[in-house]
Amino acid sequence: MAEYSIPTTEQEFQLNFAQLKPHMNRTEALYESSRCLFCFDAPCIKACPSGIDIPQFIRQINSGNETGAARTIYEANYFGNACGKVCPTEVLCEGACVYNLQDVKPIEIGRLQSYATTQVIKSGKQLFGPGAATGKSVAVIGAGPAGISAACELRALGYEVDVFEAKAQPSGLTVYGVAPYKITNEEILAEMAYLQAQFGYRVHFNSPINSREELSKLENEYDAIFLGIGLGKTSELGLPGEDKINCTGAVEFIAELRQHHHEVAVGRKVIVLGGGNTAMDAASESSRLGAEQVILAYRRAKDEMGAYGFEYDLAKGVGVKGLFNVAPVEIVGNGYVSGVKFIRTETKDGKVSEIAGSEFVEPCDMVIKATGQAKQTNFLSLIPGLKLDGKGRIIANAHTGQTTNPKYFASGDAWNGGAEVVNAAAEAKLTARGIHAYLSK
Amino acid sequence: MPDLSINFAGIKSPNPFWLASAPPTNSGYQVMKAFDAGWGGAVWKTMGVPVVNVSSRYGGVNYRDKRLVGFNNIELISDRPLADNLREIEEVKKRFPNHAVIASLMVQSRQEWHDIVRQSQDAGADGFELNFGCPHGMCERGMGSAVGQEPKVLQTIVEWVMEVAQKPVIVKLTPNISDITEPALAARRGGADAISLINTIQSIVGVDIDNFAPYPVVDGKGTNGGYCGPAVKPIALNMVKNCAQHPDIRLPISGIGGIENWRDAVEHMLLGAGSVQVCTAAMHFGFGIIREMTSGLEQYMVEKGFETIDQLVGKALPNVLPWEDLNMKYKVTANIHAEKCIGCQLCYTACEDGAHQAIRLNAGTRVPEIIEENCVGCNLCSLVCPVEQCITMERTDAGTQHLTWKGRTEAGDVPVEFNDEKAGGRHHWVPEPAAALGKERHKTLPGKARVLNGETEMPAEA
Ligand SMILES: Cc1cc2nc3c(=O)[nH]c(=O)nc-3n(C[C@H](O)[C@H](O)[C@H](O)COP(=O)(O)OP(=O)(O)OC[C@H]3O[C@@H](n4cnc5c(N)ncnc54)[C@H](O)[C@@H]3O)c2cc1C
Ligand SMILES: Cc1cc2nc3c(=O)[nH]c(=O)nc-3n(C[C@H](O)[C@H](O)[C@H](O)COP(=O)(O)O)c2cc1C
Ligand code: SF4
Ligand code: SF4
Ligand code: SF4
Repeated sequence: MAEYSIPTTEQEFQLNFAQLKPHMNRTEALYESSRCLFCFDAPCIKACPSGIDIPQFIRQINSGNETGAARTIYEANYFGNACGKVCPTEVLCEGACVYNLQDVKPIEIGRLQSYATTQVIKSGKQLFGPGAATGKSVAVIGAGPAGISAACELRALGYEVDVFEAKAQPSGLTVYGVAPYKITNEEILAEMAYLQAQFGYRVHFNSPINSREELSKLENEYDAIFLGIGLGKTSELGLPGEDKINCTGAVEFIAELRQHHHEVAVGRKVIVLGGGNTAMDAASESSRLGAEQVILAYRRAKDEMGAYGFEYDLAKGVGVKGLFNVAPVEIVGNGYVSGVKFIRTETKDGKVSEIAGSEFVEPCDMVIKATGQAKQTNFLSLIPGLKLDGKGRIIANAHTGQTTNPKYFASGDAWNGGAEVVNAAAEAKLTARGIHAYLSK
Repeated sequence: MPDLSINFAGIKSPNPFWLASAPPTNSGYQVMKAFDAGWGGAVWKTMGVPVVNVSSRYGGVNYRDKRLVGFNNIELISDRPLADNLREIEEVKKRFPNHAVIASLMVQSRQEWHDIVRQSQDAGADGFELNFGCPHGMCERGMGSAVGQEPKVLQTIVEWVMEVAQKPVIVKLTPNISDITEPALAARRGGADAISLINTIQSIVGVDIDNFAPYPVVDGKGTNGGYCGPAVKPIALNMVKNCAQHPDIRLPISGIGGIENWRDAVEHMLLGAGSVQVCTAAMHFGFGIIREMTSGLEQYMVEKGFETIDQLVGKALPNVLPWEDLNMKYKVTANIHAEKCIGCQLCYTACEDGAHQAIRLNAGTRVPEIIEENCVGCNLCSLVCPVEQCITMERTDAGTQHLTWKGRTEAGDVPVEFNDEKAGGRHHWVPEPAAALGKERHKTLPGKARVLNGETEMPAEA
């Protein structure tokens, strides 16, 4: 039984993908902000990777100083609205709110944060601007949360900044990857436009940096280069039949969905392979696109999934069924996908092993592989002296983001291996300061 | 079932809850509706000289998300024709003969007082309330609080009224005076049967910070008004107590000020109020609140074993003493129940910054610890703690000694000069001033500061 009917118009799409954290109005913000205790040494701040002074901005909202609240937020995190909407707050700030210990609903920090930031985005109020020019310039590769945050901070520190982005829109996976019910394209793009208007960095869209020549040019023209390239395409599984029509990668599927909404077709019965947050998203999204049946297939047991509990609950809530302890061995079908052949597994002492002779075919007409994003190792190998760790992550100084090629700095998924928007935003701010320290020497 | 009915200075009513003289008692329609809803009495909106009102008229004090914790108005007395008011009083009394209808009055000359008292009497009013309280508009014309602040004038007017009144006379007192017992004594000297208090407190309820004018704003300007609502209850309670305890006043008291539920009413009664009057709460929530008030009062009386209202009136008065009679040997100490603590550390910061540095934080836990030797037992931490019964104040003295300031004075055992050994804080520990520097860093510094230079390193709390 499908929970959702197939959306055929933008309106129906918006209904199926209604925002999980809708914006607050003034009254709701007043009520919610009134509950905050203004804790000393507040645990919510500590739980925020970008260290936003949460009790401060909530108090500012409560006293009718939304502009000051937005300033508090942006001073710590340039993706203020985006983070309020897409952060896994349940495991971050809201998960740390002291009210949890009193069995009282924690403060809705994310929604309050979005409330304050959207006020200034809407009004276009000038809160920030470029700092006194240093005469130096930095090239930023990638206009994702890392790249844009670095650009803002570098402008604030007085650098000329050019951002080179392969795609046509800014904010990286925030507009191409995050589930549509977490944030709309309009609002993330509005925040990006606001930041650009405040800080005045240049963004060159449809400008991938792919070759040694292009890199050399940047190395010659700029004093430092910031890598905010994130991760790559969905990793190949290396299974027979993976090239069949309707077998797709989650990241690619979601990127399509974010750009084309209801025009994206989903199978009637979809199997999503994986147990991480992206798998949960892809499964939920398939269901909301009107798939009759969505199966989430994971190699290990349910409680071993990497996804956050609340993300799994969200998927379950829209009718997704879990199939655990199964490993895919082949994508079957004649041209088109017609099923996945699985083998059952068991976990012993933390090791998964396949149970011989337990193969079976689960029929379906679409397979979404949510088995992780590949690292951009080919591109990174073009940078002389740049070292990666065993997992393909850029190695960089923890305090400055400086890579093993001193001219290059990195933040975000490409550095941390894949985390959240807030991590990229926080790291990039730190790294921009690292660049400043390096160029001030 | 306990008996809620009262006989207040000769005015009978089925319960002690009266509507105060204010907009809710502006018309027969409203008073009938209120009686129908369960109110025991109503003090009619003050009748008297003709007036004209302005618009707007009210301002509110909101606390965070709570509306109208305080309320203020710049309204005057009834602007309806006296004849209409009197006719409607008569109609209400016919329909509700056992409910109390009290005529609130405010005029100027002796003749006017005589006339209006007689007319109200003829209309069937059960008593009179002389409005000597209104702190705006009327006092400029020599009435209201202008009278209430002049005990001699007050006494004279009461005497005029007593010349013709055949029903009980209540004098309503203004709190805009330094000693409330003075006008109360004047009322007694004039022969009044009872007093009621408090009227509104002169106030500016807030300022429109965009247009630079006080609320409520009348065409860009404003004026001081009268303050009431939940926020004034503590002031009212104290004044009720002062009048109730004064040995020479000895008049029934109708308690007014910040009463919104049965609990507020009981507090007024325990300090000496024989009836209570309500205005703001009825304006905010309507007459329906009476159901909760009567049911709460009834339940309280059942639980405490009170059968009549008289049994609880003034019940707390013996325990309200002058400061000098309090036992200085009594000692309480704060106690944190760790299993209830949610780690907000409000108690810590409150005691650190606002009390006696008697709470410490320990590494590895968010539950603060009381430093018993430093705790003076001020209650602050237990008042700020958001968790019920998480910080309790426990008695730590043996309970065997009793010594008051008065006793010490009589025994010549009080500190008399600066730096006297006998003074209280003499041996109380306080940290060195410079130990304060850098302490605020215990607060996690926000993101902006969380950069590079180690600024945000949390110093390990000793
Ligand atoms: C499906 C999915 C759902 C997610 N959901 C959430 C969520 O709900 N909440 C959350 O907080 N996080 C979520 N994340 C994670 C989050 O999106 C990332 O952690 C974050 O976007 C990382 O930011 P980044 O700037 O490092 O990389 P990206 O966002 O990937 O941005 C990198 C940018 O660089 C560009 N680029 C790459 N290579 C080049 C090149 N050679 N030249 C020019 N441009 C280049 C890319 O086009 C892209 O715009 C999700 C991720 C995925 C995949
Ligand atoms: C515990 C306490 C002690 C006070 N002691 C004094 C004092 O010694 N001298 C003084 O002028 N006012 C004293 N006040 C009154 C305050 O200075 C202030 O006038 C009053 O609290 C009203 O301000 P608020 O509403 O901000 O509390 C004291 C107030 C409190 C709460
Ligand atoms: S932990 Fe919760 S209550 Fe405390 S400051 Fe943070 S949001 Fe407010
Ligand atoms: S105020 Fe109460 S809940 Fe908060 S830390 Fe102190 S004892 Fe714990
Ligand atoms: S009672 Fe007062 S002095 Fe004692 S710990 Fe609490 S706040 Fe500090």
